[in-house]
Amino acid sequence: MTNQKESNAIIEIEDLDFYYNQTKALKNVSLDINKNEVFAFIGPSGCGKTTLLRVLNRMNDLIPKTRVVGKVQIEGHDIYDPNVDVVQLRKSVGTVFQKPNPFPISIFDNVAYGPKAHGIKNKKELMEIVEESLRQAALWDEVKDRLNDSATGLSGGQQQRLCIARVMAVKPEIILMDEPTSALDPIATLKVEELINELKQNYTVVIVTHNMEQAARVSDKTALFLNGSIIETNETNQLFTNPKEQETEDYITGKFG
Amino acid sequence: MKFQKEKNNKSNIEEGIVKVILFIMALSSVISLGLITFFVFNEGLPFMINYGITDFIFGTTWNPTDQVYGIFPMIVGSVIVTVLAMLIGAPIGIAVAVYLVEIAPRRVAKIVKPAIQLLEGIPSVVIGLFGMVVIIDLLRRISRGPLSEYLPAGYQTGYSVLAGVLILAIMILPTIISISADSIRAVPQEYKEGSYAMGATKWQTIFRVVVPAAKSGILAAVILGVGRAIGETMAIIMVVGNSVQIPIPGWETLFAPVRTLTGNIALEMGYAGPEHRQALFATGIILFIFIIIINSLTLLLRRRRT
Repeated sequence: MTNQKESNAIIEIEDLDFYYNQTKALKNVSLDINKNEVFAFIGPSGCGKTTLLRVLNRMNDLIPKTRVVGKVQIEGHDIYDPNVDVVQLRKSVGTVFQKPNPFPISIFDNVAYGPKAHGIKNKKELMEIVEESLRQAALWDEVKDRLNDSATGLSGGQQQRLCIARVMAVKPEIILMDEPTSALDPIATLKVEELINELKQNYTVVIVTHNMEQAARVSDKTALFLNGSIIETNETNQLFTNPKEQETEDYITGKFG
Repeated sequence: MKFQKEKNNKSNIEEGIVKVILFIMALSSVISLGLITFFVFNEGLPFMINYGITDFIFGTTWNPTDQVYGIFPMIVGSVIVTVLAMLIGAPIGIAVAVYLVEIAPRRVAKIVKPAIQLLEGIPSVVIGLFGMVVIIDLLRRISRGPLSEYLPAGYQTGYSVLAGVLILAIMILPTIISISADSIRAVPQEYKEGSYAMGATKWQTIFRVVVPAAKSGILAAVILGVGRAIGETMAIIMVVGNSVQIPIPGWETLFAPVRTLTGNIALEMGYAGPEHRQALFATGIILFIFIIIINSLTLLLRRRRT
């Protein structure tokens, strides 16, 4: 532990710039995210919120010709340090994607995939992890009788909760969610939102959304992004009821975006 | 009426003619298939029934001068050579496909891909020539050298199952590589990201997510490879020795000279008398049935995928 001064911040971003090729997608971003907090990124399409999310567990490494300048610390460790094991990083910082992406294998195998990848072979242990994760994702009762069925046969909302269970099976500290409900109907969305509320007891959740009501419903703090910069960060209800910046007010009252 | 069809309008007539011509051309492939099937069965089937289907298929002696026509040794030859070639060629082909799509740097892929296409284009007689000169020579040295004590004299010429297997394994590579590479490429990026995002390594992602997701395409590639292998004639004739015998079971099989169904037809058609000729057509029927089964399997897999 090199940095203990702000004991509550689990993610600390300092002066971060991010480039795709020559294009600067994030400009001078600084942000602290506290433990067991739900933090929402809002802003219009293409403003960099998904990019920042992908920076947090180095999923951007998968895109060629990208470059990070600045400092990102998770639990006090610089995650862009050359000695960082990306596998270990992603194990503690999991992602739930915009489109539900269960693997075309059984429900059980989907949830067991992560633990298996990290070397757990004991059947009984795997079963326990699978059940616990599915319960946490509020999916257990719906699928407990058909764990061996293909995951692609589930409904969209169930698939997304399965993806959340799959991430929790790896026992991460932080869960990143990239517009997790944009492909879901209102009822499924509600279920996922309730789930997010539960999650913050054990996890830190960072969620990207362009649905402002959703940000207001689920998050403790919110940051507004515009053109790769953070315009304003505040407690969610403060940001929505009492914005400090003119641009924030314009955005949340629907003048653009 | 303004938009009424003119009966003798020049462009309407042209249109009609073009349609008919294209239809005939499209029919030609179906007609050729029909004609070939008809002649093969017309020539071969009566003979097969007269001679006795089981005697023909399971008979172990092939001696046209005495009117004995049992093709079991050839069936065994074709099956052994094909199966062993698949056991070597399929894993290599799939591995190359995985490497090309998921791992190879662009510069390497740029060299390997055209090389594979070129390999596919090499005439089989040329590959057979390579087999005769290089592989046969090598196998002869091994079977006459260290293995001579264990092998019967007839198994020491180098012309053997193993030579055929190696040649076929090379020849089916392009088919297996290109088709499995296509299906691996078609695996959605989301699956891979989902796997990486849980902290899986590249290997785990490839073997637990990418390959299983591409499974049906890879299987189709393997089955098409089988079809190619069982139908291959020229290169095989040049290296397998073509003697009609069922090999000794065991590892010695690898060094046994064998004859395949295709080889049987190609070698003897030139001088066959009437009944002999019908027996060769009947051999063709058996090959035909093999190919039909293989193609139906491919179709079945394709359908299941969509």
